[in-house]
Amino acid sequence: MKAAPFDYVRPASVEEACACLAADPDAAIIAGGQTLVPMMAMRLARPSRLVDIARIDALHGIRQESGAIVIGAATRQATAGASATIAARLPLLAAALPYVGHAATRARGTVGGSVANADPAAEIPLVLTTLRGSIVLRELAAARTVAVDDFFLGPMVTATPTGACITEIHFPVWQGARIGVGFQEISARRSDFALVAAAAQIALDADGRCTACALAIGGASAVPQRHDAATDALVGSRLSDDAIIEVARAAAGAIDLMSSPHASDGYHRRAAATLGARALMQARDDAMRRSGALS
Amino acid sequence: MKVELQVNGARRAVEVEPRMTLVDCLREKLDLNGVHTGCEHGICGACTVLIDGEPARACLIFAVQADGYAITTVESLAPAPGELGVIQDAFCETHGMQCGFCTSGMLLVAHALLKRNPEPTREEIVEAISGNICRCTGYGQIVEAIALAARRLAGSNVGVEPMP
Repeated sequence: MKAAPFDYVRPASVEEACACLAADPDAAIIAGGQTLVPMMAMRLARPSRLVDIARIDALHGIRQESGAIVIGAATRQATAGASATIAARLPLLAAALPYVGHAATRARGTVGGSVANADPAAEIPLVLTTLRGSIVLRELAAARTVAVDDFFLGPMVTATPTGACITEIHFPVWQGARIGVGFQEISARRSDFALVAAAAQIALDADGRCTACALAIGGASAVPQRHDAATDALVGSRLSDDAIIEVARAAAGAIDLMSSPHASDGYHRRAAATLGARALMQARDDAMRRSGALS
Repeated sequence: MKVELQVNGARRAVEVEPRMTLVDCLREKLDLNGVHTGCEHGICGACTVLIDGEPARACLIFAVQADGYAITTVESLAPAPGELGVIQDAFCETHGMQCGFCTSGMLLVAHALLKRNPEPTREEIVEAISGNICRCTGYGQIVEAIALAARRLAGSNVGVEPMP
């Protein structure tokens, strides 16, 4: 249970980090290391060189842009969890963060690391999928933005090319009046990987009618899946319990299941339908309580 | 590689291979055997130390990554050789340990919790220790120990023992 030998470098800038990665195709980025270090201990990963980006200032911070909260890739999950900006403007992420690992891993683990790692059960990719976020990649001199739907390709596989570094993650903030969020997860024990997790966000008009609705389910499929076809049926409605249960069942039926040694396919669908409905109802009730925009 | 750590208030320079984890560095290079090597992949919590005051897994960070950080281990919790701190005393009194393997991690988690939140609810205590596995006690006595330590610290004028 000891990692194989490797070289270690701690570049001072993103440019320098990208140059280190370009020079060695077997190099890997390390930030919090909360997934990579155990993978190395189990020799599931054997990078030749670790490029430590944890202390690059440009990769830290949480800022507001028009219509989005932008989080630096090396921002720690604990920092995001304690952020008043995220609590106020990005309540879905705030609701999901307590489920990410446990306090001792959130203290080191980063927002970008969770996205880069793309574990099918991970909560931050699920929130990013729900909100249709995007990921900014830097490769030597070139930067580009990838939409989340084009980013997660499979379990632990993303569209990040070899040699690229995630620099920031954009989480859209819904404009409009009454917005509510719901996050539900079931795991074998506290802080363990999610068997199924569901994230929902709902906007209501002054009358209590749904103007927008997003639901994504993770853990049961290779990548988190957003269920727009199912939730479109709720837009314009008053979100009755019966309508929500129907939509969650449709969403659960549409999941491209990934077989798992931890739970049967039937369990995954049943849990997805139940947690999806709970997340939608939680989001509806949360929105009902709010009178103003996310501020 | 040369690494400099602030361990329990003292500056310690060590020479390590990049692949040496912080837990192995503390035990093998600095003889701090109070930090325990358990699962070595971040599940059990036996290797918990405080990094810049916050609980973290010493098996999930290579020593080279911790260069310059303040590391607190269980060795710093006793006020003097042969004595026990308030939290340690409470663990003894409530039988908050049996084999002792998880205890150093539990103590550091409790220490960080009570420093941040002097009057935790039972739920907050349970949440704080939820990343640390104990196979002896069933956790009840550990929760009791932390609650007892909180009451004692509230009744004294010293607060959580000062960290170096």
